[in-house]
Amino acid sequence: MREVAVVGIGLTDFGEKWDTSFRDLCVEAGAKAIEDAGMDGDQIQEMFVGNMSGGRFVLQEHIGALIADYAGLATNHIPSTRTEAACASGGLAFRQAVSCIASGTQDIVIAAGVEKMTDVSGGETTDALAGAADREWEGMYGVTFPALYAMIAVDYMNKYGLTREQLAEVAVKNHYNGARNPIAQYKKEITVDAVMRSTLVADPLRLLDCSPVTDGAAAVILCSLEKAKEFTDCPVKVIASTQATDTIALHDRRDISTLDATVAAADRAFKMAKIDRKDIDLVEVHDCFTIAELCAIEDMGFCKKGEAGKLTEEGWTALGGKLPVNTSGGLKSCGHPVGATGIKQVCEVVAQLRGEAGKRQIDGAETGMTHNVGGTGATVVTNIFRRV
Amino acid sequence: MSVPRFWRKQHSRYNLTGTKCETCGKYFFPPRSLCPTCRREGKIVEHNFKGTGKVVTFSIVRTASEEYDLQTPFAVAIIELDEGTRMTAQVICDIDKIHIGMPVKSTFRKITADGESGVIVYGTKFVPA
Repeated sequence: MREVAVVGIGLTDFGEKWDTSFRDLCVEAGAKAIEDAGMDGDQIQEMFVGNMSGGRFVLQEHIGALIADYAGLATNHIPSTRTEAACASGGLAFRQAVSCIASGTQDIVIAAGVEKMTDVSGGETTDALAGAADREWEGMYGVTFPALYAMIAVDYMNKYGLTREQLAEVAVKNHYNGARNPIAQYKKEITVDAVMRSTLVADPLRLLDCSPVTDGAAAVILCSLEKAKEFTDCPVKVIASTQATDTIALHDRRDISTLDATVAAADRAFKMAKIDRKDIDLVEVHDCFTIAELCAIEDMGFCKKGEAGKLTEEGWTALGGKLPVNTSGGLKSCGHPVGATGIKQVCEVVAQLRGEAGKRQIDGAETGMTHNVGGTGATVVTNIFRRV
Repeated sequence: MSVPRFWRKQHSRYNLTGTKCETCGKYFFPPRSLCPTCRREGKIVEHNFKGTGKVVTFSIVRTASEEYDLQTPFAVAIIELDEGTRMTAQVICDIDKIHIGMPVKSTFRKITADGESGVIVYGTKFVPA
């Protein structure tokens, strides 16, 4: 297998983008990534686009061809493939691009992710997202996505004695980071009190425990490591890219508050990268809800089960902490355009490893990791990156 | 949900009928037609669940999708049936009283309706036992 590097990153602003269409969002991110790599669009040989639900959100399928067309690459007839695994759709696009280059199929590939979520009502959005779980045996009983994560939180709190305030600390920390990220949807700090006073969505989760509905896109350019120096002085090497599955329904899991797919993907990633947990300088995890960040940190093996709440409260995961988590602001504050999130996480880690993360820069960051979840943990993608 | 999509599993939804693998003895609700453990060596037969069990975890839905909006707030839970299998369902009870380990039993109830003249979806909910 060939070694793979990321040589270009591009992001749109995240938020409620009333004036920007689905296709324009994705093309903007792609053009920025190509510009960042200092290459010409004609050098792109293949494209993967992560998108969860164009069909529900903008009534558009056939996303691969649409984006290739509006990016001006359809006339080159490059292969373009849409990937879907709910909120891990972007993660899948990235991993497919890595495999495409590692296998020697192509030399230069773009992996993008896009979601346009605000063209439908809040109720329709909730219903579309419920499709990430088991529609017939979870969704049909009126169970929403926040309610599924709330059931994880209730199980977790009962087993490990996590407090409601510790859960709120996750959102407070991520908003602090998001306030330092120019593309974040909510560039605003919040307090524990504000989280505790926000509207109940699904007990015990409140509005400020939940990632928002977001429009946005992200793109990265990958190429073989040997070619990377042609485009950049600071290529970032992909030292692991793994994916795992678990049961689609939460009720069928071995343990309600452990994401076994995270455990499997992370174990494979560390084995593939041949490094230890302690070598990771920062990690972007899938905090679609505050409880999800705590589960992620533990299930990836950075601390023992039940410890992440206390560690978060003590600042362990903050910008200056031992293991900074979600320096971008995470899904909570930066926003969560579901199909784009897996690629956005890669953009953040690459920016950090290049030393380009501005006010949220982790000094001397050399190795970073991403963790992208589909559904309540039925799909997980993890990637590890190292500065060359 | 379209009529055929609901109708084809009506028997299971109305009667809490799942399946059992006679090779390994595992019970399934929702029903599975392939045992995930034994796969092709499995022998799947129908099984009527007793309908008694306990709450494993729960939440109170305050914001629902449009179809369930009028029902909020309502309790949802993962129920472990006495046969050992787990399923997701609504629990009809005082929403302040639901707790982990609460004994429950199944009951036949209306789940939702597709407007005033559309199909009415019935199925299993749980009540305190």
